[in-house]
Amino acid sequence: MADPAVLKQLRETLNSLETGAFRRRPSLPFGIEGLDARLAHGGLRLDALHEVAGAGEDMADDCAATLFMAGIAARAWGPILWVVRRRDLFAPGLSQAGIDPKRLLYAEAQDDAELLAVMEEGLRHRGLGAVIGEVKRADMTATRRLQLAAEGGRTIALLQRRHARAGSDPLSPPSAAVTRWRIAPAPSAPLPVEGVGRARWRLDLVRQKGGDSFTIEVEACDETGRCALPADVADRTATAGRANRRAA
Amino acid sequence: MWPIERLRRAEPTVAPPEAGAAVTVHRNGGWRPGARWARETASQLVPIREGAGTALVTSIRNGNRIEIAATCPRARAIGLTPGMALSMARAQVRGLDIRPADPEGDMAALHGLAIACARYISPIIAIEGADTLFLETTGVDHLFGGEAAMARRLARRLARFGYTAHIAIADTPGAAWALTRHGAVALCPPGAQAEALAPLPIEALRIEPAHAELLHRLGIDRIGQLAAIPRAPLVRRFGAGLAKRLLQALGDLPEPLDPVLPQAPIAVAQRFAEPIATPEAIAHWLGALVPQLAAALEAEGLGASRVELVAARIDGVPQRIRIGLARPSRDPAHLLRLLTRRIEHVEPGYGIDALTLHVRRAEPLGPEPFVERLDEEAAPDLAPLVDTLATRIGLDRMWRTRPVESDVPERAVARAPVLDPPARTSQRLKAGDVRQLDRNAPLPPWHPLWPKPARLLARPERVDHVMAELPDHAPRRFTWRGRAHRIVRADGPERIHGEWWKRDAERDSIRDYFRVEDEEGRRYWLFRRGDGERAVTGDLSWYLHGVFG
Repeated sequence: MADPAVLKQLRETLNSLETGAFRRRPSLPFGIEGLDARLAHGGLRLDALHEVAGAGEDMADDCAATLFMAGIAARAWGPILWVVRRRDLFAPGLSQAGIDPKRLLYAEAQDDAELLAVMEEGLRHRGLGAVIGEVKRADMTATRRLQLAAEGGRTIALLQRRHARAGSDPLSPPSAAVTRWRIAPAPSAPLPVEGVGRARWRLDLVRQKGGDSFTIEVEACDETGRCALPADVADRTATAGRANRRAA
Repeated sequence: MWPIERLRRAEPTVAPPEAGAAVTVHRNGGWRPGARWARETASQLVPIREGAGTALVTSIRNGNRIEIAATCPRARAIGLTPGMALSMARAQVRGLDIRPADPEGDMAALHGLAIACARYISPIIAIEGADTLFLETTGVDHLFGGEAAMARRLARRLARFGYTAHIAIADTPGAAWALTRHGAVALCPPGAQAEALAPLPIEALRIEPAHAELLHRLGIDRIGQLAAIPRAPLVRRFGAGLAKRLLQALGDLPEPLDPVLPQAPIAVAQRFAEPIATPEAIAHWLGALVPQLAAALEAEGLGASRVELVAARIDGVPQRIRIGLARPSRDPAHLLRLLTRRIEHVEPGYGIDALTLHVRRAEPLGPEPFVERLDEEAAPDLAPLVDTLATRIGLDRMWRTRPVESDVPERAVARAPVLDPPARTSQRLKAGDVRQLDRNAPLPPWHPLWPKPARLLARPERVDHVMAELPDHAPRRFTWRGRAHRIVRADGPERIHGEWWKRDAERDSIRDYFRVEDEEGRRYWLFRRGDGERAVTGDLSWYLHGVFG
């Protein structure tokens, strides 16, 4: 029996058995078919924890992860709480990833434990669209707490894992996050003239719940927080808009 | 005198009070047996520090004319009087110190003084006119050792604050008023106000100036003469007001006061027969107390912004929990959540035998509209979240950012309070304003197309081994934090001048910013000090200021 409606219902039942509640979970698609189709929920689940790490220890990798999270938060609804350890976020740069400064609240935590607690408060408040934190160490218990706090709401939790020691992989310890991403900057889109084109990232989905891992190269967030597929990767001709931007 | 002395007091370098205190007390057989009225008025006396400073007057606009509102004793000695044209005073006295009069401020300060007196002397106190306080002192004088001692103490205390007071104690407010202003008697024996008032001029009765003038014309100058006249013709001639004032002063008619009530602090308390010591018990009783506090706040129309829980320990060491609210609130659930979160800071010791909740600061809190427009979703209220986080990490570690009009990157952003983001919507335009035709969206706070880094280093970091062609080529390679980068692509320069219109030191300084990408795709924001042509603009050293994603 190949009735798609029945199959869909069975899939939802199975899904609810796995995670506890039977209902449709809201998700936030990237708007890129090649990416959304490979994600379990057709996008990032809004009521869940997602982990992002830079591929290397260089600050540029860290910033790529920052902007990746900023773009996701910008496309979410409502105010954003960003829990930081250092005061080095640059609001004009974040606004170019789509975050209106009026939407963004900053909180500074003194250590990782406090940061995780503040994130949990933000998730339980239910009035925020996104809660972002940057942390060096978070064990299974801490991430499970965040995941439980996020469930049932509409607040997406984004946790940036920093490199704790030289040479260590921040995504190697186990975690309750639904998706775990590794971001590396890639050479920017080539321009016919001298200059730096639109930034590109290599997204590495290391692990996702209910899906497979994959690697994809995308163009970085634009001023609305949307990523895009590079024209040569997408195996299609450039759209009119992109051709214009190249010519410009 | 009151405005002048208040002004002196408000000055940063307070001069010693220039007038001594005069205390007059009088009493009479009042409309209420044993009622005693002390009256205190800021009044004129000989200046203590003769010759110090210049004459001080306050000016007020009266119709078309600017005139003197109040004068200091020194000015009065020169011949300046209230009501005189200011231009005339200026012509007479050189170097006259003129301040604008502030009647509302004077009244507010008098109100504050009344509250202080209500706490110090007697709870019933009323303000009369612009410079007089009536104190109901029945039954309080023995606390100060008698009426005379009470008046002396009050005058001394006021003099310490820089105020000159005339004090009279009498059985009726009218008699006390008359004696402070026109009499020399400070203390009027009970029931003797008729004798005390008899030699005083009729103006001492607080009657209308027209009536006073007519009485003078009729040959009646003293209150004693007026009291001897039969009442009925007096009422027919002058109306009821004059006779009423006379009878009130003599104590034959009541004169009710409208007392100034000091605001009582809001607090709720719970005492225990058996001391409690467990967090669960404290939480239980907080759950009972906080709704009471919320009800008390609601009755006053207030919202608490600072609340303190005092747990009285049996060994006499009070334990305190202070919470602050970002926005005034009287939501019991929210207050309770904030308080219970900090119960762990209470050390019960041998037990707690009373819990008290004090409102330390409160602000008016009325009904507020939920949404201004029916078709848009209400913005979520962040105040509870901010309060919760502020109790955990402190309000000074939470902020928003606010754009600042500056091209220097580190000055383009300022911190703003976390609640109430400043609305960038400009003020409402008038009906015929041509700017209403502008259909463009409001400008973004920062330039949307010049790429800015995601993270900005707090201090630009020096980079080494930079190879770049002068004057305006991007570097080919550089070394930052011990790591060499070979640059493949670059954009720039974006030249930023120092803000010479604000800072003299930046008159010539220039930074040339470059956005560079190395062979692995990492993008950095470098700048060079100086334009590469003139040495005064900078020393051509290279710095890394930010990192792009």
